[in-house]
Amino acid sequence: MSELQQRQIQLEVLRYNPETDTAPRYQTYSVPCLEEWVVLDALNYIKDHLDPTLSYRWSCHMAVCGSCGMMVNGEPKLACKAFIHEYKEGQIKVEPMANFPIERDLVTSVEDFITKLASVKPYLIPKEDKPVSAGEFKQTPAELKKFKQYTLCINCMLCYAACPQYALVPEFLGPAAISMAHRYNQDSRDGGRDQRQEVIASDEGVWECSFVGACSEVCPKHVDPAGALQQIKVASTIDWYKEHLMPWMKK
Amino acid sequence: MNSKPYVREVSKTTWFLSHPRYKRYMAREVTCIFIFAYTFLLIAALGALANGQEAFDAFVLGLGGPLGVLFNVVVLIATVYHSLSWFVVTPQAMPIQMGEEFVAGHIIVNAHYGAWAVVSLIILFWGM
Amino acid sequence: MEIIKADVAIVGAGGAGLRAAIALAEADPKLRIALISKVYPMRSHTCAAEGGAAGVIKSDDSLDLHFSDTVGGGDWLSDQDAVEYFINEAPKELTQLEHWGCPWSREADGSVAVRPFGGMKIKRTWYAADKSGFHILHTLFQTSLKYPSIQRFDEYYATDLLVEDGRCQGLTALEIRSGEMKQFQAGAVIIAAGGGGKMFPFTTNGNIKTGDGMALAYRAGTPLKDMEFVQYHPTGLPNNGILLTEGCRGEGGVLFNKDGRRYLQDYGMGPETPIGQPVLKTMELGPRDRLSQAFWGEQKKGNTVKTPWGDCVLLDMRHLGEKKIDERLPLVRDLCISYLGMDPVKEPIPIRPVVHYMMGGIHTDVQAATRLPGLFAAGECACVSINGANRLGSNSLTELLVFGRRAALSAIAHLQSNQVPSSDTALAAKAKESQNRIQALFDKSNGTESISGLRQEMMDTMEENVGIYRTGEGLAAACEKIAELRQRYANITLTDKTHVYNTDLMQALELGSMLDCAEAVTVGARDRKESRGAHQRLDFTARDDENLLKHSLAHYHPTEPPRIEYLDVVVTKSKPGVRDYSGAKK
Ligand SMILES: Cc1cc2nc3c(=O)[nH]c(=O)nc-3n(C[C@H](O)[C@H](O)[C@H](O)COP(=O)(O)OP(=O)(O)OC[C@H]3O[C@@H](n4cnc5c(N)ncnc54)[C@H](O)[C@@H]3O)c2cc1C
Ligand code: SF4
Ligand code: FES
Repeated sequence: MSELQQRQIQLEVLRYNPETDTAPRYQTYSVPCLEEWVVLDALNYIKDHLDPTLSYRWSCHMAVCGSCGMMVNGEPKLACKAFIHEYKEGQIKVEPMANFPIERDLVTSVEDFITKLASVKPYLIPKEDKPVSAGEFKQTPAELKKFKQYTLCINCMLCYAACPQYALVPEFLGPAAISMAHRYNQDSRDGGRDQRQEVIASDEGVWECSFVGACSEVCPKHVDPAGALQQIKVASTIDWYKEHLMPWMKK
Repeated sequence: MNSKPYVREVSKTTWFLSHPRYKRYMAREVTCIFIFAYTFLLIAALGALANGQEAFDAFVLGLGGPLGVLFNVVVLIATVYHSLSWFVVTPQAMPIQMGEEFVAGHIIVNAHYGAWAVVSLIILFWGM
Repeated sequence: MEIIKADVAIVGAGGAGLRAAIALAEADPKLRIALISKVYPMRSHTCAAEGGAAGVIKSDDSLDLHFSDTVGGGDWLSDQDAVEYFINEAPKELTQLEHWGCPWSREADGSVAVRPFGGMKIKRTWYAADKSGFHILHTLFQTSLKYPSIQRFDEYYATDLLVEDGRCQGLTALEIRSGEMKQFQAGAVIIAAGGGGKMFPFTTNGNIKTGDGMALAYRAGTPLKDMEFVQYHPTGLPNNGILLTEGCRGEGGVLFNKDGRRYLQDYGMGPETPIGQPVLKTMELGPRDRLSQAFWGEQKKGNTVKTPWGDCVLLDMRHLGEKKIDERLPLVRDLCISYLGMDPVKEPIPIRPVVHYMMGGIHTDVQAATRLPGLFAAGECACVSINGANRLGSNSLTELLVFGRRAALSAIAHLQSNQVPSSDTALAAKAKESQNRIQALFDKSNGTESISGLRQEMMDTMEENVGIYRTGEGLAAACEKIAELRQRYANITLTDKTHVYNTDLMQALELGSMLDCAEAVTVGARDRKESRGAHQRLDFTARDDENLLKHSLAHYHPTEPPRIEYLDVVVTKSKPGVRDYSGAKK
């Protein structure tokens, strides 16, 4: 196994402290990075050795907690999965996630997303009542696979940072929240689709989406939120036709 | 409260210039204008037809002129681009699960190409 | 200072905290529940758990077997009444999660699937591919959104418990977003703040695992139990400590030394089992303490592979094939490729033991109650103890659920005892003290110590002296060093004196927690003159049931090292015996 390579990188970080700044500004740090590092390691180096005042969120360092979303060279990325060796230039630009208000340095507001997530009823609304003592609901591997992909969302919000629709219309429920509704709708144990439909098939719901597809391109967990949204559109359209053209089909 | 979140404004008119993937999206959206334009051509054709054989012949003749051909070629290119850009994303919008596995995306895309080819051939031979 | 009133305040919104909150909300919708967490709930470290959660469900399994595996795995330091309660509740809790939508992996007939895990005699670990903790956490978080009575205080950092008239009656917490201190007044408090692996440099633990919850209780005068027992997981990625789940071995992965020998057979876990046919409780499916100790043995013998990140052994999963790896261990594959540039489908992966879990924690009884009335604890920060001297993989996730709920029920019982709260002025005075302590950090301008510098010294000390094998000499040195660091901590200086998202301040407070916990670990280890489970002494190599079949309890002192008290282990039906992980016995 080869020796570890090191390279001096200029990290250009967008900083903002509401108590001392009126607007964000860039600050550049020179960091001796190992090639195998991720951008988060470089930020930690800054925090420990160069500037303890730099603020950012992180925890797991394994791309599963969803804390460390930021823009790296203009692209929404998890800092713990943005590898130094993928940035050949000697300079990397790090900014807080686009489309969200900056609280401080690389920390952005999460509240809007949480509110939207909660609004789609992202929990199982069981089709049938069954006490725990009666054991588990049966679900075949195929039924599991039908929605599995949409359970993988780590709520990192990178998809929101990539979505121009969210940038222009902040009321848009957005990719991750709607995908989570789809996840439960597709679950064989769930019977709550009607309850979610009102929110997700509204103007602020799927119909705000114009299928740019950026969300799916940047999603670090391959959730494919864009796919989920289109599937909901297709299903909602079928609903509409059933209701208006074949009213007798309505339950 | 010390907190004072800073909101970065997004330009309502030039936002799509900021990233290649937005430009690609815009190209897909803009090409639909040509399809829109083509529908006017079809309406004009109908109008000509309603005005009798002579008018329609003149219309068809006009289509064969350089402007007509140019228009058709441009619209064809735009339509092909537009359609293809939708073909690639159909597996996302209409996934098909058979048994446990999902049908691979490229099969769904290729099925669209196939269907397209078949329909084009039928129209071609039917027209001859 | 703003006062927030609640019936029950919960510190921590990981698996244990969320489970407690839901249990409270379900028991009585009128209860006002304050769920306080220094990170948004879904960022809690439960999300990193990969392998799964143990609970008896299949017909070939039995509660007795789960009991004996757990007690033996814990080297008889587990309290058997607690284990009994735990194994009984486990299947109900895991089924409950299923009813809440947890996407457990399934058998072809639609029933929940189970996988083998180290130290378990029967397959009984429920799993959701290799993202089990992630799915448990998100299922709990999303389910919690159903209950309007759960009021969340996300990104609030708990600083001190409010103890008055001998009872815990709330806490103070910093709203990280504004830097403002808030006083939570509550009839009962549940601590569910997770472990403290970050006191070690090489760990599977995330940045938030700094022992805050343990330190909160400890400083409030209630003891920490069995802190000397720190679990090393045998299979971590060598460069950054990312975990490769025990599920890798459960599914059939094997360990080699540099000569291609399945070296575990040389450490009492043989005879060698054929590749691709793992045998439960044998070889690679031995318990974590034994496997990590075997690594140390190989290192001493010079049998390890040299890598740029130090000595390693090899975890070989190639024979599982791409399909099985992608189905059962997709995250593991992704982590190896991304962070190490190696694909387990194609090559063996270098790994080494990594600090993973703290068996010790806030001393509670089987009701999840601490010695301080009104204070309850659950999850990794608590020590009930079901895990004894060595936790079996996949018992922890279940423990979060079982004792998270238990703590909630006990808190309700406590509320029903209708104790009159202390006067508002008395509580406010306590809160003010806590605020002053933080303010002092801002006011001080002549500090000489750097936060990251002290942290590094602490980590180096722990790694050097409190590792897989320990010596009296090393531990004495560690005790001295940690005591010194605690003193020097009084001289730290904040570079950042602003208030909004002041992570410099967070790190300072977290360092304080870690130092307190580290001292309990080192002193506990120094004084435990035996080898048991994860605590192995080169100078006392045998287990000493005569004198030390006991829990250690560390009592806090602000300036001195902790006082250690011992407490008998509860033994009901399993007398201490030999831990046999050899296949030969069959
Ligand atoms: C990589 C990894 C893999 C694992 N795999 C498994 C497995 O397969 N099976 C198994 O059984 N176990 C496993 N474990 C162990 C298990 O996951 C943990 O023990 C468990 O998740 C801990 O849960 P918790 O709820 O106690 O704490 P956490 O999930 O760590 O949550 C702690 C909570 O406390 C909050 N908090 C902490 N300090 C403060 C403060 N000062 N103020 C306010 N809030 C605070 C945090 O914000 C967080 O919400 C694994 C552990 C790791 C690290
Ligand atoms: S859908 Fe993907 S990008 Fe969006 S929040 Fe979830 S994991 Fe992140
Ligand atoms: S630190 Fe958890 S996702 Fe990056």
